[in-house]
Amino acid sequence: MKKLLKTTTSVLAGLTLSFSVMAAGGGALDHANTDINDQKSLQNGASLFMNYCSGCHSIEFMRYNRIGKDLNISDADVEKDLMFSGDKIGNPITSSMSKEGAEKWFGTTPPDLSLVSRSKGVDWIYTYLRGFYKDDTRPFGVNNKILINASMPDVLWELKQNKSAEDFDQDVRDITNFLDYVGEPAKLVRVDLGYKVLGFLFVLFILSYLLKKEYWKDVKYGKWRAKD
Amino acid sequence: MDNNKSWIDQRFPLTKVWNEHLAEYYTPRNFNFWYFFGSLAMLVLVMQIVTGIFLTMHFKPDAANAFASVEYIMRDVDWGWLIRYLHSTGASAFFIVIYLHMYRGLLYGSYKAPRELIWILGMVLYIALMAEAFMGYVLPWGQMSYWGAQVIISLFGSVPFIGPDLLVWILGDYAVGDPALNRFFSLHVIALPLILVVLVFLHIVALHTVGSNNPDGVEIKKNKDKDGIPKDGIPFHPYYSVKDIVGVVVFLMIFSAVVFFAPAMNGYFLEHANFVEANPLKTPDHIAPLWYLTPFYSVLRAIPPMFGSQFPGVVGMFAALLILLALPWLDRSKVKSIRYRSWPYKVALGIFVVSFIILGWLGMQPVTPVNALLARIFTAAYFGFFILMPWFTSIGKTKEVPARVTEK
Repeated sequence: MKKLLKTTTSVLAGLTLSFSVMAAGGGALDHANTDINDQKSLQNGASLFMNYCSGCHSIEFMRYNRIGKDLNISDADVEKDLMFSGDKIGNPITSSMSKEGAEKWFGTTPPDLSLVSRSKGVDWIYTYLRGFYKDDTRPFGVNNKILINASMPDVLWELKQNKSAEDFDQDVRDITNFLDYVGEPAKLVRVDLGYKVLGFLFVLFILSYLLKKEYWKDVKYGKWRAKD
Repeated sequence: MDNNKSWIDQRFPLTKVWNEHLAEYYTPRNFNFWYFFGSLAMLVLVMQIVTGIFLTMHFKPDAANAFASVEYIMRDVDWGWLIRYLHSTGASAFFIVIYLHMYRGLLYGSYKAPRELIWILGMVLYIALMAEAFMGYVLPWGQMSYWGAQVIISLFGSVPFIGPDLLVWILGDYAVGDPALNRFFSLHVIALPLILVVLVFLHIVALHTVGSNNPDGVEIKKNKDKDGIPKDGIPFHPYYSVKDIVGVVVFLMIFSAVVFFAPAMNGYFLEHANFVEANPLKTPDHIAPLWYLTPFYSVLRAIPPMFGSQFPGVVGMFAALLILLALPWLDRSKVKSIRYRSWPYKVALGIFVVSFIILGWLGMQPVTPVNALLARIFTAAYFGFFILMPWFTSIGKTKEVPARVTEK
């Protein structure tokens, strides 16, 4: 048994090591430091997203009332604070901007952001939103340090001007956190469930190990011990 | 009719099968850690089939809807996210288990006579599993699904003379698109699972005909007591069934940790780029298959085009798979187990394992001059293991194999 445990741990350690070595690399991104269990941050992020982002960006795999349910916001408050396009509460969150209009105004269609946290990662979103700087050669007068020549204007400039640096960072963090949730709503429950499942399996492990030990007494000392 | 038999046994050999394959199937008493992976592979197969049935209830094999239907499963279907993660993690787990299972065969010479057919059936299983996994990966219709399929399927276009026609025949179109998605779905949920299940059945029938090898490579059937029971054998049930339950629980703990805490495994089990819907007009900067196919992808890329054709690389990739079938006849050693092998085999096996892992790693990386050179060196080492095997298994001094299995 000891040997088995030792082998398992060494195989696991090897795997983890090789994965982390392989995962290293990539551009210098700021650490978003989001916490998906921080409900206040998610609520603030939802409100900021709906106010500053949803005019152009859809999150079409997400429904209004699902956000309400998951983030503990009543349907009435969702309708009052988060819905601006006269949609129904069970609808997916689409943007009201037409594709043709977007092409004309921005030169491209603003992408749907349902899965941006999964394809780009939270650190990327956080760095991107904080990464706008003045550049008069660009149509909107700004450029971005990680998405060079981004066609998006710096929609958060108002927040950046009116708030302290820490408060602004927190707002960006909240939007990022919200998008992390939007990328995978199940993330709110899966980690907690994971601990319960592991706890159950651990108990099962002890019982199954004791059962095995009991049976194998036959092999060591009983009917099936080594003959000759 | 034999009235001493139960109603069922008079009509179906239930007790006979139970005894022959479980209660009176004698298994070497000295199995170690490496012998858990056969039963674990069965567990994962069943899990993939069960989760797959539920995914099929909600998935839409349609280029316009496939991507959204996976997100629908992840969000709107009750427990859909769990079923999907069990299935996606199961795919990678299947290969981890299978690779360890195959490595066990290499360690203890389990492919050697009289177990050549078990090995061959296992290798055909492995190849079928790769096809199954590849087609399954296309279904979510993300960018990597699409472009991975485009790269791999286009290889068939390099077959001399019939290539272009073959490609259109496979895809049902001139590029990967809705017809390909639909037929891959069909193959993934019906054809290949059926083949896999039949092959697993044959693999086990062949195993139970000759009996299991063991870490000592000793044939326990050569040493029977007066009742005809191998002296070093114990009944599979209950001894190995209860032992395998422990293995299953430990496996499930590791597996659950991935499913619940890191289902994407940082892009190695679910690639980041696959969370972007397939876009035929936008080629990703970097296309790589999932980790379990990358060693062979590396071999493909390592062999340079000849006469303006990619075909040699394709031949090399398939040769890298098919050469495994010849293993039982390439190994000339008198002993089976690594415990009694001569040092050249131990060194060669070490080089082979390292080469395979490095080829896998290189297959995920973009091609650079250094990477290309490394891929060639390790491709040569990979093939060298098989080509030189008749030589290095016949030199060096082997240790004496004991008459009976050894126990700690």
